[in-house]
Amino acid sequence: MAKVKLAESKINKIKEICTSFGNKPGEAINVLHKVQGEFGYLPAEVQEVIAQELNVSVAQIYGIVTFYSFFTMTPKGEFPISVCMGTACYVRGAEKVLDEFKRELKIGVGETTPDGKFSLNCLRCVGACGLAPVVLIGEKVYGRLTPDGVKDILNEYRS
Amino acid sequence: MEKINIIIDNKPLQVEKGQTVLKAAHAHGIEIPTLCYYELDGVKLENRPGGCRICVVEIEGRKNLAPACATEVAEGMVIHTCSLRVVNARRTVLELILSDHPADCLICPKNGKCELQSLAQRLGVREIPYQGEQSTYRKDLSPAIIRDVDKCVMCRRCETVCNIWQTVGALSAVNRGFQAVVAPAFEQDLVKSPCTYCGQCIMACPVGALSEVDQTRQVITAISDPKKTVVVQTAPAVRVALGEEFGMEPGNIVTGQMAAALRRIGFDYVFDTDFAADLTIMEEGTELLTRISKFTQGDKNVKLPILTSCCPGWVNFFETNYSDMLDVPSTAKSPQQMFGAVAKNYLTTKLGIKREDMVVVSIMPCVAKKFESQRDEFKENGNPDVDYSLTTRELAELIRQFNIDFKTLPSEDFDNPLGESTGAGVIFGATGGVIEAATRTAYELFTGKKLEKVDFTELRGLEGVREATVDFNGTPIKIGIAHGLSNARQLLDQVRKGNSGFHAIEVMACPGGCIGGAGQPFHHGNFDIIRKRQEAIYREDAGKPIRKSHENPYIQALYKEWLGEPCGEISHHLLHTHYFDKSKHIEIEG
Repeated sequence: MAKVKLAESKINKIKEICTSFGNKPGEAINVLHKVQGEFGYLPAEVQEVIAQELNVSVAQIYGIVTFYSFFTMTPKGEFPISVCMGTACYVRGAEKVLDEFKRELKIGVGETTPDGKFSLNCLRCVGACGLAPVVLIGEKVYGRLTPDGVKDILNEYRS
Repeated sequence: MEKINIIIDNKPLQVEKGQTVLKAAHAHGIEIPTLCYYELDGVKLENRPGGCRICVVEIEGRKNLAPACATEVAEGMVIHTCSLRVVNARRTVLELILSDHPADCLICPKNGKCELQSLAQRLGVREIPYQGEQSTYRKDLSPAIIRDVDKCVMCRRCETVCNIWQTVGALSAVNRGFQAVVAPAFEQDLVKSPCTYCGQCIMACPVGALSEVDQTRQVITAISDPKKTVVVQTAPAVRVALGEEFGMEPGNIVTGQMAAALRRIGFDYVFDTDFAADLTIMEEGTELLTRISKFTQGDKNVKLPILTSCCPGWVNFFETNYSDMLDVPSTAKSPQQMFGAVAKNYLTTKLGIKREDMVVVSIMPCVAKKFESQRDEFKENGNPDVDYSLTTRELAELIRQFNIDFKTLPSEDFDNPLGESTGAGVIFGATGGVIEAATRTAYELFTGKKLEKVDFTELRGLEGVREATVDFNGTPIKIGIAHGLSNARQLLDQVRKGNSGFHAIEVMACPGGCIGGAGQPFHHGNFDIIRKRQEAIYREDAGKPIRKSHENPYIQALYKEWLGEPCGEISHHLLHTHYFDKSKHIEIEG
C-alpha cells in the first residue's frame, strides 16, 4: 500500500462528515459508510482523521473497517467487476468465470489492477438468477457467461 | 441500596438490585469461574464483553444458559451455578477455546500463572475432543512487550485497559471470525503504534498472549563473567510485592530478604533505587522552586505546572500525545536512570573500574522501564547507563532458579554509598508519593522552616484524579495528581488550555502507581492486593529514621564530593534529560 498524502479539501470533507454525526464514537460505522461513499475506499490516512475527529483510537477504527466486509481499504477500479456467487450462479459455473477473470487480470478478489482500470469482487445474488451466471461491470449486466467469453468482455473496456 | 431476594444453588439470598448474577454470587462467597471478565474495582475499570461463556449459569424459567457477568439479578430469580447442564456446557466451551490454543504450556511465560490453564485444571479437562486448524500469526517483538496472539483467547481485556483506562489506543480487536486477533492499527508492530509500554495489557492478559521481554539469561551471563562488576538497584514498589511470589500475604515488606537474595544470586553490589529517588527529589524539587520563583518574579518564559517525569510510560505518553508541551515536564531523569548515571560515572571512578566493565541491573515493578533503559540518550558510545531492567516477576524467577529459600532468608542491609534512603524515597512507589516526597523537601527549602508534620495525607489515596493545596508558609501551592493515563489526559488537557492553575502535577501510568505496575506479581484483578501494597509502602516510610530526601547523609555527601549543587553543571549533564516529539502518523510500508 502506498503512502497517501491527503489533500486539505479531503480532510475538510471528512471532518464535515464527522461533524454531521455529532463527532460521536457511537456513529463510527455511519461515518465510515458515508466517507467510503465519498472516496470509494478507506485508506489508512482517512481512518486516522476519522479516529481523531471521533476521539477513538485508530486501532479501533481499523477494527471496525476489518470486521465489516462492506468496508474496503483498496480503491476500486475504473470498471468495478462483481461476480455473482449466489447459489444459482455458483451451480452454473460462476467460480470458473471468476477464475478466468483472476487469470486475465492477474489480480485476486478484492484487488485492483495496477493501472487502476479493473477491480474484482464477489457478491451474493443480484436477482437475475435466470441469467446465471451473472457478472456486473459497473452498472452493466452480463448474463449466461462462460470462461471463454471473459476476454472479449474485458476487451470492450481495455481500448 | 434496595435489596431483592434470589436463590443461588438452593441458598436464599438478599442481594443488591441492579447487580449482575456474578457479583451477587461473589458477594456471598459463591465463586463462578470467569475468563474474559476483568475488573479493577479500585479504579472503576471493567471489561465485560460477555463473550467467552465460561461464566454461564442456569436460570429457572429461561430456555438458554445465561452469562453471569452480563445478566442482572431480578426478584425471585432461581439460579444454579453448578447444575449438570452448566458443568457440561462450561466444559464444552472451554474445550472449544482450547481447540484453538497452543498446548506448549511448559515453556509459556505464563506457565503456572495462566487463568486458562487453571480453568482447565479446575474443570478437569484431560483431552480436547475438537481437532482442527489452529490460527497462526506472526510474533511481534518490541523492546519491552512481546505479542504472541496465537495464544490470544479474544477476551479483549487488553483492549479495554489500553483504550479506556490508558486512552493509549495501541490495541484493538481486528478482522473477524477465524482471522480475528488483537492488534495495533493496520496490524503493524507495536513499535509503530502509540504503545507506551506501560504493560497493563500484560497484567490484564489471562494467558501468555502478551508478556514482557525476559532478560534473566543476560543477567546470569553478566554475573558469571569474572571481568564484570555487576551492580543491582531495586525500586521502592518491589519490596512490598515480591513476597507474594513466594506465597506470602500481600502487604508484607521484604526489603531485607530481597537484599539478601540479590547477594546470594551473586550481584557484587546491592544498592537501592530509593537512594536515586532521593536524588530525584533534590533535582526535581529544586527545578520546581526555581520555576515558581521565576514565575512569581514575572518571567513569562517559565512553564508551570511542572510535571513529574519518573514514570516511563507517562513520558512515552506525553511525547506521543502532547508533543506541543515538551517543555512542561521536569527535565529530571527517572530514579532508574539517575542511578545508572551515578553508577557508571561516579561509582566507576570510586571503584577504579572502566565503564565497560560495570553492568547495571535494575529490578523494577515496571515493563516500560525496559524501554526507558534502551533509549539512545541514556547511552554513552552505545553503552547504556542501565544495562538490564528486570521486573519483580523476573527477580522472583531468578530467586527460584538459584534455589534460594526466600522465606527463610535473614534480613540484610543494602551496600553503601548508593543504598541509603529516606522514607521520601520509599513512597515513590505509590500514587501521590513522588509529589509528597517533593513537597517535604520543597517546603523546607522554600520556607527555610522545619516541617513539623511530614505526612501529607491529603496527597494520598486511590481516586484517579486528586487535587490539593499545600500551604508553603503563606504561599498556596496547588498540586494535581493522576494515576492512569486517562486521568492524566484530563489534567493535561487543562494545562494545554492554560487554565489549570496547578504548580505541580504528578502522573503515574499504572493503577495505584508503581505498586500496581505491570512488572509486579499478577493480581488477576484483585484490587485488594494493590491496596495492601499501598499500606505497606506508607508503613515502610513511617518506620524510616529519616523521611526527607535532603536529609539523606549520603545524598549530602554526593553533592559535596561530586555534584556540587542541585541543577548545577554536572547534574545538568548527567541527571537531566530532554524529550522528543513522537506524535505518531500512520506510515504504511510498501
